[in-house]
Amino acid sequence: MAGTSLIGKAYPAFEYEVGKEKIAEYARAIGEQERVYFDRGAARDAGFRDVVAPPMFAVVYSAGALTHALFDHELGVDFARLVHGAQEFDWDEPVCCGDVISTVASVDDIAEKAGNGFFTLGSVSTNQEGAGVVRGTWTHIVRGT
Amino acid sequence: MKEGDEIPALVVTPDRYLPHRYAGASGDFNPIHIDPAFAKSVGLPQNILHGLYTMGLVARAHVAAAGGDPRRLRRLSVQFRGLAIPEKEITVSAAVKEAGGGRVTTSASARQAGKRIIRNGEAELRLD
Repeated sequence: MAGTSLIGKAYPAFEYEVGKEKIAEYARAIGEQERVYFDRGAARDAGFRDVVAPPMFAVVYSAGALTHALFDHELGVDFARLVHGAQEFDWDEPVCCGDVISTVASVDDIAEKAGNGFFTLGSVSTNQEGAGVVRGTWTHIVRGT
Repeated sequence: MKEGDEIPALVVTPDRYLPHRYAGASGDFNPIHIDPAFAKSVGLPQNILHGLYTMGLVARAHVAAAGGDPRRLRRLSVQFRGLAIPEKEITVSAAVKEAGGGRVTTSASARQAGKRIIRNGEAELRLD
C-alpha cells in the first residue's frame, strides 16, 4: 500500500456551478419534498438567495475533487476492493442555485488495520465569495491490502 | 427535542431503478450499483444501493425533524455496514443524545431487513 509520505498531499481545486434542475434531480432521487429545493419563490421566502440544495448535495459538487485523489497513481487505490467505510460532513453556508463551489481534496490519513488499508481523504468546499460551505471526511477501505 | 426523544422515523422502499436515478443524480456510475450481472461477478448477491444514498436518507430525516430547514443540519457522520439493496424497506431512526444551547446531537442508524446498514451515525442540529 502507499507510503504514509502522501499524508497531507493536496490536489487541484475542482469547480462546480450549481444548477436549479441538478438540485431538483438530486432532491427527487433522495425523495425530498421540501419546496425550497424545487421552487425559487419558496426558497426566497425562506431567506435563501435562490433554490437551495439539500445538505447531502455536497457529494455532487465535491465528487470531481475526490476523483483527483482516488485516481492518483501514487496513492494506488485498488478499486476492485474499495469499500466506502465512513463519511462525515460539517456544513456551514448553504449552497444555492448559481453558486460556484470550489473543492480541494487532500490525503488526511493512510493506515493499515487488520490487513485492510484505510484511506482517509478530506475535502474543503468554498463558494464564490470565499465562504466555507462544507468540510468532508471520506474514509475508504481497501479490503485485504 | 430533549435527551432520549426519538426523531420521527423515515421509512422508504427504494424501487428497482432507484440506483440508476441516484447514479445519474450523483454522478457515481460504479456498476456494482446499476448492473446486477456485474455485481454478481464480483461476489455480491445483486446490485446494491449507494451508501451515500442511504446517508442522504439519514440527512433527510434530520432536516425533516428540524422543521424542513436544511440550514439546521450542521454535521452528519456515519459508518456504512452491510449491503443495502433496492425493493426492500429501509428505516432511518435517531434518538437525541444531548440537547442544549439551541443544539441537538442525535445517535442515528438505518436498517434494512433487520440489519444495520448505517451504524454509529451522529448528527448535529441547530434549533435556535
